[in-house]
Amino acid sequence: MTLIPITLTINGDLTQVAVHASQTLLEVLRYELRLIGTKQGCDKGDCGACTVLLDGEPVLGCLTLALSCAGRSVTTVESIPRADPLLESFDCHGAGQCGFCTPGMLMTAKGLLAKEKKPSRDSIRAAISGNLCRCTGYGPIVEAIAAVGEGTVQPATEEKLPPPLPSYGAPRK
Amino acid sequence: MLPLPEFTLHSPRTIDEALGLLAKPGAMIIAGGTDLLPNMKQGLHQPEHVVSLQHLAELRAIRVEQKVLVLGAMTSLAEVAEHEDVRKYATALAEAAGTVGGPHHRRMGTLGGNLCLDTRCRYYNQSQFWRSALGFCLKKDGEVCHVVEGGKKCVAAASNDTAAAAIALEAVLVIRGAQGVRRVAAGEFFVADGARNIAIARDELLVALEVPRVAKRVSAYEKLRRRGAIDFPLLSVAVRLDGSAVEVVVSALAAKPRRINGAQKLAATQVEAIAEAAARECNPMPNIDGDVAWRKQMVRVMVKRALVRAIGAAQPST
Ligand SMILES: Cc1cc2nc3c(=O)[nH]c(=O)nc-3n(C[C@H](O)[C@H](O)[C@H](O)COP(=O)(O)OP(=O)(O)OC[C@H]3O[C@@H](n4cnc5c(N)ncnc54)[C@H](O)[C@@H]3O)c2cc1C
Ligand code: SF4
Ligand code: FES
Ligand code: FES
Repeated sequence: MTLIPITLTINGDLTQVAVHASQTLLEVLRYELRLIGTKQGCDKGDCGACTVLLDGEPVLGCLTLALSCAGRSVTTVESIPRADPLLESFDCHGAGQCGFCTPGMLMTAKGLLAKEKKPSRDSIRAAISGNLCRCTGYGPIVEAIAAVGEGTVQPATEEKLPPPLPSYGAPRK
Repeated sequence: MLPLPEFTLHSPRTIDEALGLLAKPGAMIIAGGTDLLPNMKQGLHQPEHVVSLQHLAELRAIRVEQKVLVLGAMTSLAEVAEHEDVRKYATALAEAAGTVGGPHHRRMGTLGGNLCLDTRCRYYNQSQFWRSALGFCLKKDGEVCHVVEGGKKCVAAASNDTAAAAIALEAVLVIRGAQGVRRVAAGEFFVADGARNIAIARDELLVALEVPRVAKRVSAYEKLRRRGAIDFPLLSVAVRLDGSAVEVVVSALAAKPRRINGAQKLAATQVEAIAEAAARECNPMPNIDGDVAWRKQMVRVMVKRALVRAIGAAQPST
């Protein structure tokens, strides 16, 4: 298998990585770059857990060939700062339970909020209709996103923030 | 985890270059990849060469010409669904595109990929392991059909939402091959063979869909599915009205979408009679999910819903 070097922007950083033609963007993020925030659920397009932004648009990482991302911009859940109104809102509304769908939900929500400053609940429901959640029943997720649009949540203050995520060593060779 | 099999990816910059690459044995096209990649992950296709249409910008436009609407094969389903001119002149097509999968699939998936979608069956869209346990089937690697006992021909279902709409709207597919350009009416593009239900050679490329613009024409699309998103159609219904003339196409039955003959002799306002004709002519099979008796009953309901909406749209608003 030939390794092909590509350059792409990941969370604002110009990144070089060598990939195989048969690797998906999701596999490269998780297993080459150790960005394990993005989840691998069904791995065949059914669940939305792998949602990342590609040039600002929410797409499925498991059905995107890594090679097709050369020269493009990828944004993952790791781009969201620890103090962020959307995170705080998910927290306050109980919009994450087991948390498996959460990175995908957050990225779909980020994509929507970048286009619509104050999305209606219908438009939120439509936007997240490709992201499955087995825990919350969706209500808290819709409310959490709506609250950000309505400006009724503030990012958490420093003392209320959870400890930073552990860092994961250098990318696997 | 479902790793993809190995292949070489090509990203041609011109249509001619793409056609040259498609001549390689075992080459397949990837557009949005939302059908091809899951199928490859399940071992349904093992192309040695995958030819990406990503950089063929000329395939990505929607043009309004005097007599037709031209939709490039690489136009995303989201754009087809939202485009004002498509909604106006090809309502059923915009509605159909808008019901495909979820929003991510519509953003990634293309019109060309949808029209060329592989047929689906509950005995085919399964992992290699699952299929091997059953001894495979006619469509791939096996000798029998698990849907029709003793069947000699695969009856996997056309599961693409845009197929019925394209046929109802008398759309034409523009296809490029080594020999040049040819045009095929959507009504003839889909054939009754579940193994491969599209009349396009492996080394040809679908370039665009042309939809005629006809004054006062209205159309509508209805889809039966369990959830409001993600699910493939359990029934797919497109209707077109030109004054009192009506065309009804029902799909997600077998490999070829079905034009309802009985409807062609009736006036659009004879809603009950048209729905009755459709119910008589359509026989859902246990090839896809959903109770067969329920799907059969729902033919009538879905046809009525589509007709009532189209008739409503044909009325001058007061
Ligand atoms: C969870 C899930 C749900 C889905 N739900 C639906 C649904 O409800 N309705 C539905 O219709 N589809 C559904 N799909 C299937 C798919 O997302 C869409 O059909 C989409 O339109 C396919 O387009 P694509 O560009 O991604 O195709 P690709 O996967 O890139 O290609 C599909 C096929 O068409 C061929 N092809 C693509 N472009 C061309 C071209 N220009 N010329 C010749 N051949 C070409 C490819 O070789 C391949 O065989 C679903 C998929 C998933 C994963
Ligand atoms: S219809 Fe029969 S032959 Fe075709 S995919 Fe299904 S089981 Fe296989
Ligand atoms: S992991 Fe990509 S859609 Fe489920
Ligand atoms: S929180 Fe568990 S799947 Fe959504």
